[in-house]
Amino acid sequence: MTGFVHIDDVARIFGPNLTTGERIAAKLGGKVETRSVRAVSDVSLSVRKGETLGLVGESGCGKSTLGRVIAGILPPTSGTVTIDGTPVMENGTKITTRVQTVFQDPFASLDPRMKVGDTVSEGPIAHGLTTKANARTYVAEWFTRVGLDPVWVDRYPHQFSGGQRQRIAIARALAMQPDVLICDEPVASLDVSIQAQIINLFLELTRDLGLTTVFISHDLSVVQHVSDRVAVMYLGRIVELGPVANVFGTPAHPYTKALFGSVPKLVLDADELVKFDTIDGEVPSPLSPPSGCYYHPRCPYATEVCKAEQPQTEDLSDVRAVACHHFQRVLDSTKDVRAVPE
Amino acid sequence: MTDPVLSVKNLSTHFFTRAGVVKAVNGVSFDLARGEIMGLVGESGSGKTVTGFSLLGLVDAPGRIVEGSVKLNGTELTTLSQRDLRKRRGSDISMIFQDPIATLNPMLTIGQQMKMAIDAHERLGTRAADARATELLTQVGIPSAAARLRAYPHEFSGGMRQRVAIAIALLHRPSVIVADEPTTALDVSIQAQILTQMRDLAAETGTAMIWISHDLAVVSSLASKLAVMYAGRIVEQGPTATLLRDPRHPYTAGLIASLPAMAKPGTPLTQIPGTTPSLLSLPLGCPFAPRCDHATNRCKDDPPMTHTAGRGYRCFHPTGQTAKAPA
Repeated sequence: MTGFVHIDDVARIFGPNLTTGERIAAKLGGKVETRSVRAVSDVSLSVRKGETLGLVGESGCGKSTLGRVIAGILPPTSGTVTIDGTPVMENGTKITTRVQTVFQDPFASLDPRMKVGDTVSEGPIAHGLTTKANARTYVAEWFTRVGLDPVWVDRYPHQFSGGQRQRIAIARALAMQPDVLICDEPVASLDVSIQAQIINLFLELTRDLGLTTVFISHDLSVVQHVSDRVAVMYLGRIVELGPVANVFGTPAHPYTKALFGSVPKLVLDADELVKFDTIDGEVPSPLSPPSGCYYHPRCPYATEVCKAEQPQTEDLSDVRAVACHHFQRVLDSTKDVRAVPE
Repeated sequence: MTDPVLSVKNLSTHFFTRAGVVKAVNGVSFDLARGEIMGLVGESGSGKTVTGFSLLGLVDAPGRIVEGSVKLNGTELTTLSQRDLRKRRGSDISMIFQDPIATLNPMLTIGQQMKMAIDAHERLGTRAADARATELLTQVGIPSAAARLRAYPHEFSGGMRQRVAIAIALLHRPSVIVADEPTTALDVSIQAQILTQMRDLAAETGTAMIWISHDLAVVSSLASKLAVMYAGRIVEQGPTATLLRDPRHPYTAGLIASLPAMAKPGTPLTQIPGTTPSLLSLPLGCPFAPRCDHATNRCKDDPPMTHTAGRGYRCFHPTGQTAKAPA
């Protein structure tokens, strides 16, 4: 296998936190609310070394949960995640420093009472990547690397702008010298002009350091720009996975297709306003997902089989995988833009 | 040409804080015709939200409108008393906010809240009020609206809550709606549904809209004209297609160029260097000059708004002059 990070049949279920009394009541056959959410169900994929995998989907689709499971922040309910053959977690505890995370909100992810230099050096000192005596030079190197002035190490987070804070968060993750980086919406809270600066930094660093990256975002244009391959999630399942050009160019899953149709595009040529291909309805509650294919209530291609059977993941000829009973019809309709699904 | 429903001239709103005077809005002017949608774009801190608040007279101390005029259907709003202004708000001009969870009262049903909004301006019996509320909820795409009147905000999804907020804003068929990033908190598929509906509503009802957003792509698919704000000023305004195709202000050009969709995948994006200036200590002259490639000594003076062919820009060294003349 060419994979570097292996995600094998991972599921993550969130159940209610039962009190001791409720647990006893449940054991004795009492009525206790035990509904649970399958945030991620049966996801298997592998990320190649040096590759950037984009993970897209709407809120509640499980993309952040999957990211956290890969990063070893949340233990999976079942399944395993391994990096280069070694597991990320053992008995619910993260046992590797090879995977690090950059979070969405740099206002929440940095300790406001800690000097930013200490925030960056804390992990490397604890894991012996540097010593207390050398920490300043070590941090200064990473600061320079992410485009921050090393004289700022003694400042506090509130003295920085959003873009600078995100650079600090990136420095903190990279100072652990990881092989794998999980980026959970790293540019979503930044202004447009700052977004471009951070994306450029990200492209430069992943290339120079040979990082393997999982890039989670709801912003399709950002994912399209940075990723080699992309996985589209809907209600905890991966519905389509493949090279960016193929998935974005000729979507094979009706959800992928509709999602791209919904994205407002910058219209430069049209003198009249664009029409959206809107998806009807809303994402169903993950507490009570629909039968069969989770997307069938909103899908224009849905037939009886979609209500009854969950589609298997099929491999297409262009190294892509799709979970849809009718992917051929979707592909055909994309080729001929005038074709309207029955 | 018909008279604009809303005419804003040289509007300035400043905040008098202990740290100094924050010039959040600084000499903003624009007109809005009936049924027209204008996109007001800018980054955080550019003054777009304060502009919206100023139009409705919602600026609280230490802020105040220091200069300028806001004329709604010929009536000057800036000199109205709070009492008279209250009569206008909700009936002639209304606002939709970014966060529908914060806008709706969690303790009241949707029906009760809509009834309150109706009662504020009109005497309608319960049955007539319910009928009006149902009609508007249906119009914004809420299924089985009559039954949903008895539901509480927490029983709605984020997208549905925002539709309720839109329905409330539409209750009295206002001439102008100020929408402050109403789809930013929503998923793209829901955003597309709402954008399409708002476009249709504006066309059907003749309500003019100011759509505040940081997202150029969202406004480009909705608004027929655009105003780009930077550091409290409108730096460029004009018809959407013209402005996006052939921007004159280097900031507008930079914003468009920095979008990932404008570059080949995997290649570095065009970036605007530096960060937005603090509104407490704006540089002299053009506020964009420190980040601008085109800046010269002349930019130490404040560039006036240059008007040509239905568009305007505040720049001494406009870009794209060699491009073909705007249609």
